[in-house]
Amino acid sequence: MAATELAPAPPAGSVIARAPRDRTASWPLIDRVGYWLCWAVGIGLCLVALAIVAFMAVKGLSYLSLGQLVHSPAPSVVQSQSGGFLDPIEGTLIVAALGTSIAAPLGVAIAVWLSEYRRPSWLARTVESAIEIVAGAPSVVLALFGLLIFAQSFLGFLSQRAATGVVNGRSFFAAGAVMALLALPLIVASTREGLAQLPDRLREASYALGRTRATTIRRILLSAVRPDIATGTALGMGRIIGDTAIIKILLGAGLTLQPVGQTPVAGLLRGTGPTLTTYIYENSPAGEGLAPQKAYAAAFVLLLIVLGLNGIVTWLTSRGGQSGGGGLNRAFRLIPFMPNPSG
Amino acid sequence: MAVLVLIGAMLATVLVKAWPSFSHNGLSWFGPGGNVDTQLRAMAESKALPGHSLYYFRGWTLIWGTLLTTVGAVLIALVVSMLAAVFLTEFAPPAIRRVLDPVIRLLAGVPSVIYGLIGILVIAPYIDEHWISNARRVSVGYVVQLNGNDVMTATLILTLMILPIMVAITASALASVPAAWREGSLALGVNRWRTIWRVSLRTARPAIAAATVLATARALGEAVMLAMVAGGRGFAPNLLDGITALFEPVRPLAATILQNDEGLTIPALSHTIYAIAAVLLVSAGMLSFAGWFAKQRFNRYGIRA
Repeated sequence: MAATELAPAPPAGSVIARAPRDRTASWPLIDRVGYWLCWAVGIGLCLVALAIVAFMAVKGLSYLSLGQLVHSPAPSVVQSQSGGFLDPIEGTLIVAALGTSIAAPLGVAIAVWLSEYRRPSWLARTVESAIEIVAGAPSVVLALFGLLIFAQSFLGFLSQRAATGVVNGRSFFAAGAVMALLALPLIVASTREGLAQLPDRLREASYALGRTRATTIRRILLSAVRPDIATGTALGMGRIIGDTAIIKILLGAGLTLQPVGQTPVAGLLRGTGPTLTTYIYENSPAGEGLAPQKAYAAAFVLLLIVLGLNGIVTWLTSRGGQSGGGGLNRAFRLIPFMPNPSG
Repeated sequence: MAVLVLIGAMLATVLVKAWPSFSHNGLSWFGPGGNVDTQLRAMAESKALPGHSLYYFRGWTLIWGTLLTTVGAVLIALVVSMLAAVFLTEFAPPAIRRVLDPVIRLLAGVPSVIYGLIGILVIAPYIDEHWISNARRVSVGYVVQLNGNDVMTATLILTLMILPIMVAITASALASVPAAWREGSLALGVNRWRTIWRVSLRTARPAIAAATVLATARALGEAVMLAMVAGGRGFAPNLLDGITALFEPVRPLAATILQNDEGLTIPALSHTIYAIAAVLLVSAGMLSFAGWFAKQRFNRYGIRA
């Protein structure tokens, strides 16, 4: 059976000795049923994913027009007059850029501290479980927390302040900061994974040349794990782009970008606006506007972005034979940190 | 570290903001009683229900909805994910594995609003049209209308959404079971299926437990898809209705927060929403901790997963 082709001493736990073909004829019936169930589930998952992508592509392409990408949404019940979704696309880009630019440096710093310093160790363990909690916290709850924080009056300069002095706490700043929390666990996990796989001789060689620990980290380790940082950032960005709950609570459900004041960039960031996800939500039967065609078109654009990010991750992780155990892609290990359910 | 302060601050602020709701209702907050939608509407209009305080809230309907969708999805996903993980690590030919790996990562990456869109525009109308017979509609017509946005649709889509996490954790664990253990079993003449069942999956048990717990936390916090698909009505499906219960609408806790987000400026309603958030946060935190604990047990075998 399986032992017919015992490959030349596979490294423990990484390669699975595999028979040329599973001969199941001699197995008891129940074992064969299990075997075929495995096949059915595996093929079924591929078909489901294919169905989702194909369906969205067909619907999206039939409703999408180039004009929608350059026109702002307009309030209208007639689908042909309700404009395009330029503003939602801009909103998505703003939130993704803000979120990742906050999360990336922070996440890398935490990861380096956790894998290279880890002192005091009780603090490291607590931080580890704290990050797990952030990764597991529902994004609605994160959003509500963000709303509480950014509605404090001393943070009023980051959002809108009413004439009465009440700060509403809703702005791109707030959304970006809370989104950073979503991306953080992914960046930390990916960077740590990369650091853990670097051989110790790299560090030792650097120390032997008289470099300090800090220089070693900055010059050697960080440049060696650059692909891992990029992987984590791309996955984190995917999660930010796909989140609806935080946007809906921290940016409201407006259709267009609403800057505050006259300052060009800061005003925009202090203001509110839609993103692709809230645009889809609001245009679906669950929201107010009944414009399923617009929702399909926007969902197709969103899916394309997500597919693109996925492609980048695959490309990043399949270079240089970086693969996890059992021939699985290394990014596979990061899935537990990228919970799409929750937002 | 900043993260710790953040977690502490998060728990503290949310709990403080939630306190009025808990203190007005006591433990009955979690109990059944009245129509939860009426209670929320009363708060939104700042008009107390006759004979009750403004904060009067009984959350059991929402908790029951959360339990139904979460437990259902996790149970189905547990079986399917074990089969998928075994297939991925043991049986799949390399060509199929090269496809299945990105497919699972894609399923993990599809935004939940897209799952929700497909659910509400495709699956729910289909179920409404083909699966719900008129007799069934009439049988519960005096309490609730069936329209395809129901427990079953929600549970099935939720299953698909938590599947990638469970497959990923289980498959990584299976892949890191020492080859010698399995070869020992194979050398004794045990066939591959039994070897997988008795050696690999048994070794991976803590990882499977961790996967289940983490997936439960994710399912608990899912808001957008459930707000779109689950029916959006504070209704508690009655299991005594038999199969019909599958077609009855629910509204889980997280979806309730999302659907009432415009009421955050109204004091009583916002306290109640934060109370729901606190319940979610505490349960998700406990589940995360349980998952971390289960993984520690796995590390004791000397296997990193």
